[in-house]
Parts: sequence; structure tokens; C-alpha cells
Amino acid sequence: MPATFDADHVFAALADATRRDIVVRALDGREGIVELAGHYPMSFAAVQKHVAVLERAGLVTKERTGRRKVVRTNIEGLQLARGLLDQYEALWRGRVERMTSLITSTMGDDA
Amino acid sequence: MTLVAEFDASPTRVWQLWADPRQLERWWGPPAYPATFTAHDLTPGGRSEYHMTGPTGDQPRGFWEILEADPPRRLAYRHGFAHDDGTPNPDLPGMTAHVTIESIDADRTRMSIESRFPSTEAMEQILAMGMAEGLTQAVGQIDAILAETSIRSA
Repeated sequence: MPATFDADHVFAALADATRRDIVVRALDGREGIVELAGHYPMSFAAVQKHVAVLERAGLVTKERTGRRKVVRTNIEGLQLARGLLDQYEALWRGRVERMTSLITSTMGDDA
Repeated sequence: MTLVAEFDASPTRVWQLWADPRQLERWWGPPAYPATFTAHDLTPGGRSEYHMTGPTGDQPRGFWEILEADPPRRLAYRHGFAHDDGTPNPDLPGMTAHVTIESIDADRTRMSIESRFPSTEAMEQILAMGMAEGLTQAVGQIDAILAETSIRSA
């Protein structure tokens, strides 16, 4: 898991259809990047980039099994991502509180 | 995700919180990550740019592309992430927000914010699948260990 599990990066990572597909394929962690790339009509570099975005967001990890490196979905990451939707709401609640303070502290300044 | 809030103020006053960058800076970022808006133009096609300053000095950057602006009633923008040099980061699609500000009583205003992530439903499906899969995997792992144990003891 990355040190900061960042809601915006997780949502942004999951906003792309190819990346969502990678997350599903990588659930059983049997394929390395080369095999994964074979499923998509795009360059290998493009797939690598998608995997990097998912890794940065804490949604997949690259692990060594024997002599191979495979891409595996981080279930914990997905579960945390679910909780993030709630956190996103909390973010906006914080903003609304600050907006309320601003309004209250400038009563009488109505433009 | 839709959030609704009510304020004891006029719609114009609530709009000001969005339109005045110095006021916006005081509520957009959480206390640990205050925002600084270096550009702010709430007109259709306009753009706002900001960075947030974290406790260790990190400065993530973001921007808004204004889709609609009808003061003081409506605002819609697409929120995106930027690289350190300010250029948009296409690897991280952002989300769209639709803000509605309406008068509900004398000096009382309701503000609604509808945040739309690209493909929220698809995202929620994936998250639900991850939960189910996590359970299935755990069961699968237990089965595998049991199978291995019985082979060894055979």
C-alpha cells in the first residue's frame, strides 16, 4: 500500500475503462505485464502506463512468483476505495462547514 | 454523489464564496492542505488554477475548466489534475461538478453540488466485485491449503 491512500488518485485510476479491465483481470494475479498487454489493442508502453497509474493508486501490486513478476489486484485497496466514496462526502462536508464559518464571520457584508 | 447544504445568507453571498478567489481559498482546501488560487475565471470556457500546500511542502496542483456559469444560480466545472509545471495530467481524468444555488427563503439559500465521476456506476461495480472476490479468494486460499495438507499426509 502506498503511504498515502489518495481518494482523488483512486477515483481517477478507476475512471478509465482499460484500467478497470486490468483490475478485474489481475484479481487472480496470474499474468505479468506482457500477458496483460496482449488483451488490449494498444502499445505495450500504454499498458505499462495504465499499470503504473493503478500501482500509484494502490489498486494493484507487482509481485514476484518464482521467476516471474505478476500484476495482482490489491483487494484491500479496492475495499478502501469503497470507503473513499464516504470520505469524499466528508471532504465536502468540511468545505460546507468552512463556507458557513466564512458567512457567519462576515455577517453584514452582504454584497 | 449529491450534497445539499443550506446557508443563512443570500444566493449572491454564497456565489461570492465561489467567485472571490480569496474567499474560495479559505474553504476549498482542508486545514492541512490550504489552497492557493493563481488563476480564477468563472465564465463559460474560463479556467481556474490552484495548488494546495501540504504539511511537508508538497504542492499538488489542480484546475477547473468552467463549463457553465450563471451567477448567482449555477456553476459547472470539470476538475482536473495537473503536473508540477501546470500542464494537465491526462492520466488522471478528473470529475465534473454541477453547483446549484437557490433562494429558499428570505436570506436562506440552498446549495447543491452534484459530483460526477466518469463512469461512477462502473466504478461501483468494480468495487463491489472486489469485495466479493476478496471473499472468494480467501475461501480459495483456504481450500488450496487444505488440499495441499491432505496430499502431504496421504
